[in-house]
Amino acid sequence: MDYHMNHLQELESESIFIMREVAAKFENPVLMFSGGKDSILMVHLAYKAFYPAKVPFTLLHIDTGHNFDETIRFRDELVQKTGAKLIVGSVDEAIKSGLVTEETGINASRNGLQTAVLLDELEKGKFDAALGGARRDEEKARAKERIFSHRDDFGQWDPKNQRPELWNLFNAKHKMGEHFRVFPISNWTELDVWQYIAMENVDLPSLYFAHERAVFERDGTLLADSVHIPKKPGEEVFMEMVRCRTIGDVTCTGVWRSNASTVEDIIDEIATTRMTERGGRTDDKRSETSMEDRKKQGYF
Amino acid sequence: MADFQSSELLRFTTAGSVDDGKSTLIGRLLYDSKSIYQDQMEAVEKASARRGEEGVNLALLTDGLRSEREQGITIDVAYRYFSTPKRKFIIADTPGHIQYTRNMVTGASTANVALVIIDARTGVVEQTKRHAIIASLLQIPHLVVCINKMDLVDYAEETYDKIQHDFEKFAAKLDVKDVHFIPMSALLGDNVVNRSENMKWYQGQTLIHYLENVHIASDQNFIDVRFPVQYVIRPYNDEFHDYRGYAGRVAGGTLKVGDDVTLLPTGFKSKIKSIQGPAGEQKEAFPPQSVTILLEDDLDLSRGDMIVRPNNQPDVTQDVDLMICWFSSDKKLQVRGKYNLLHTTQDMRCVIKEIRYKLDINSLHRIEDDKEIGLNDIARITIRTTKPLFADAYRTNRNTGSVIIVDEGTNSTVAVGMII
Ligand SMILES: Nc1nc2c(ncn2[C@@H]2O[C@H](COP(=O)(O)OP(=O)(O)OP(=O)(O)O)[C@@H](O)[C@H]2O)c(=O)[nH]1
Ligand SMILES: [Mg+2]
Repeated sequence: MDYHMNHLQELESESIFIMREVAAKFENPVLMFSGGKDSILMVHLAYKAFYPAKVPFTLLHIDTGHNFDETIRFRDELVQKTGAKLIVGSVDEAIKSGLVTEETGINASRNGLQTAVLLDELEKGKFDAALGGARRDEEKARAKERIFSHRDDFGQWDPKNQRPELWNLFNAKHKMGEHFRVFPISNWTELDVWQYIAMENVDLPSLYFAHERAVFERDGTLLADSVHIPKKPGEEVFMEMVRCRTIGDVTCTGVWRSNASTVEDIIDEIATTRMTERGGRTDDKRSETSMEDRKKQGYF
Repeated sequence: MADFQSSELLRFTTAGSVDDGKSTLIGRLLYDSKSIYQDQMEAVEKASARRGEEGVNLALLTDGLRSEREQGITIDVAYRYFSTPKRKFIIADTPGHIQYTRNMVTGASTANVALVIIDARTGVVEQTKRHAIIASLLQIPHLVVCINKMDLVDYAEETYDKIQHDFEKFAAKLDVKDVHFIPMSALLGDNVVNRSENMKWYQGQTLIHYLENVHIASDQNFIDVRFPVQYVIRPYNDEFHDYRGYAGRVAGGTLKVGDDVTLLPTGFKSKIKSIQGPAGEQKEAFPPQSVTILLEDDLDLSRGDMIVRPNNQPDVTQDVDLMICWFSSDKKLQVRGKYNLLHTTQDMRCVIKEIRYKLDINSLHRIEDDKEIGLNDIARITIRTTKPLFADAYRTNRNTGSVIIVDEGTNSTVAVGMII
């Protein structure tokens, strides 16, 4: 027998190992579920890691209220299929209760508000670990983060003072009130995710595949036409074949011109594209270090 | 799709002193291998211009933190990913500054290849040596010494020869087997992806050619069976009523259905009934696969225990000798001090019995009369643990030979240790 693993099997094995470490080392872990392909992949890996037992993580969705309708539908179906417990932290309610204040103006987004709601949910649920589907190839601040990433009792990340992380010996020790963010798919690239989805036949929302949609252009990015985004004068809505490369809040998720309608098409498209996946995320473009700044405050 | 199913993963790290050009080299490697996306490049061009730099600063492709960009140095490891038709690469670009040595060790711990970058103007300096020692302690199988900034020394062969000679002289005293040398200019791209027009005297490989072709014999041990139990899977449902699966990652050897096994620490014997992998039942398991093992007998086994073969067992011991690198800037290593120790899936306490010696970074001499171990010191120590470890020497098995030491008060990781 040839004792060889290809890179997808090696990544899969690493991610499963990390998820089992979380289950073993924490009292009350939660899996942050956004409805995007990376969190769907996370649920898929968690299912494998604990089969035939149930996934020992609660799912937590921070809902901005500005979703693509399909995201919520898909989320609820997945929850039903896996029998997982779902908690929804609602930005809408946080605005109503005064926990956060809605941004105003043409580029208003609820992206930043998610942080306060997320931290509030983690505190309420007394969660000591939050699993996230962030990947290091997504963004330059994420490229710097540990797999087991410590958060102080304000939920803050201190990028200048991260714990050393050697081999697979993860130091998860923390004091009351502190927590960890854990990123089991840190080392996967966008292409790895799609190749794995192809290999495993993972079901995804149809938003990821080319479809015709009403869109408009802002600052060189195509955005989906939605009641949640007020348009500036001169911004014309038109129909286009597009797909999402990431799914977040409608207000900041760019859509891409694409004819890729199958997983195989998407793999070909990604292999030749000249733009990163988050290139269409207006939340990352607010400043040079916008992801780092948000992460320091406790963002995903 | 057959092509990606067979592609191999190579993990490499940068090493070497501050400002010798590590991040620039990684930027150059990514740029010249066409692995940079257009929007990333535009962002880096803008950031360079904002800083008033002449050209595009390729180091900004990895130096992504605000303080790194302000100070112009790398503070923590950046992980980058790229692939060529031959291989898939995971890069750890680490800091050279002595203050952040622990972050260099973080990036290096999982590497198959280390690129040791040396500024041709200054040659081998103390920090180059420290990183080379760490690479050898971590048993990184291949070192590539990149003699960089050749553009600043007129591409002179003599300069290259002298540095190569100096490094070889030093490395002869280290435990490194495979060392390669490449003269280059990371800034201008000589011998990174493209062959240098300025150094016709160099006939060897370019860096990318080396990385694509270096033979990486697996750094896993396929002989000595070691399966640390990570998590016990109990479904508690009717369908899988008596199911009791031992989940873990194979740390050594190959396990087969039907094999006789011994359980540590109890010494009980059993047989492997079945092996469950991510894709279903499998007949065998090997490192670093994550699997679930079911045994013929209903025995008590929990996290931290180990499944081994009856005739091939690790040392079961509470007294352990370690080579350590100390990471804490505010506390020294305390003899008789108590710490937490993490080893495989075990978590226990230990006491420091003795500091045998400290290593002189420059001469590699053992210093036996100064036993004060502070930040970045490398030392040999003896510890005693509260429970037995199931341990192998680091050189025979990285997975069962490595530990980290954690401060019980602050919870910070204060040292990394390799079992001797
Ligand atoms: N002339 C010349 N300059 C170079 C070369 N490589 C790097 N530099 C310059 O050296 C300086 C330091 O480069 P970095 O890549 O940031 O060095 P580093 O090794 O990553 O530094 P740390 O990560 O902080 O340890 C920058 O100004 C680079 O432009 C080279 O081949 N030739
Ligand atoms: Mg650097």
